[in-house]
Amino acid sequence: MSKVKPRGKVPKKATIDEVIEIKTLIRHPMHSGRMKDKDGKNIPRQIINSFKVDFEGKEIFKMKLEPSISTNPYIAFPYKAKKTGTFNFEWKDDSGNTYTMKRKMTVS
Amino acid sequence: MKTIKMINISRRNAIALMLGTAGYIMSSGIAFAGKEQVLKRIDEITKGKGAKELDIFLDLPEIAENGNQVKVNFEIESEMTKENYIKNVYILADGNPAPDVAKFSFTPDMGMCSATTRIRLSKTQNVVLVAENNKNEYFMTKSKVKVTIGGCGG
Repeated sequence: MSKVKPRGKVPKKATIDEVIEIKTLIRHPMHSGRMKDKDGKNIPRQIINSFKVDFEGKEIFKMKLEPSISTNPYIAFPYKAKKTGTFNFEWKDDSGNTYTMKRKMTVS
Repeated sequence: MKTIKMINISRRNAIALMLGTAGYIMSSGIAFAGKEQVLKRIDEITKGKGAKELDIFLDLPEIAENGNQVKVNFEIESEMTKENYIKNVYILADGNPAPDVAKFSFTPDMGMCSATTRIRLSKTQNVVLVAENNKNEYFMTKSKVKVTIGGCGG
């Protein structure tokens, strides 16, 4: 299994009240539990099941993922810039692993 | 003269038959278990209230060549203020092994209600969007996607 690696794109600078777009992608196989490997054995379900974004400790966006979400889940969403601060992204998978990423944004 | 007339009739019959067949396929489609499951899920989500059909911007390809990666984008008109905002958006699909695809939870901080992701579709089917606002009102829309190669590893 390739290493799970989160990536994200947040504008470094924004003006007050500007609606920015945040793009994220996490490298993950998202085994739905229905696929079979080369030997015909079932690959057990292993997916990213939740995604959460905080800005300065306040939750702004949340998503629940099901096996119908593609491999390497891509998620994009808007945010209205109000002040300078840090975004905290958090992904969780079926084994209870947590993957996090931080991104700073300066608002003027 | 007589033969031409006969051809005309048979053509007409042929068209009638074609329309009839199309109608039969369309009406029999409703009986799919997947659709019933999706309706059941909508009922569960809306707590029996049902969702009002609304013209929501749901961007999906008409034909998806690869069902493994189908881009979904939606945008719902909302003030996104503390008094009036879209709280949850559910994406459901009626031709996948399970009806649920994703649930998005929005907050007024986001300024607008939109999101993009990529989903798997195992065959040609309807993708349904159910939106819930902070007043517990429900809205829905759906879009049909034709899938050439399925994407659920079935």
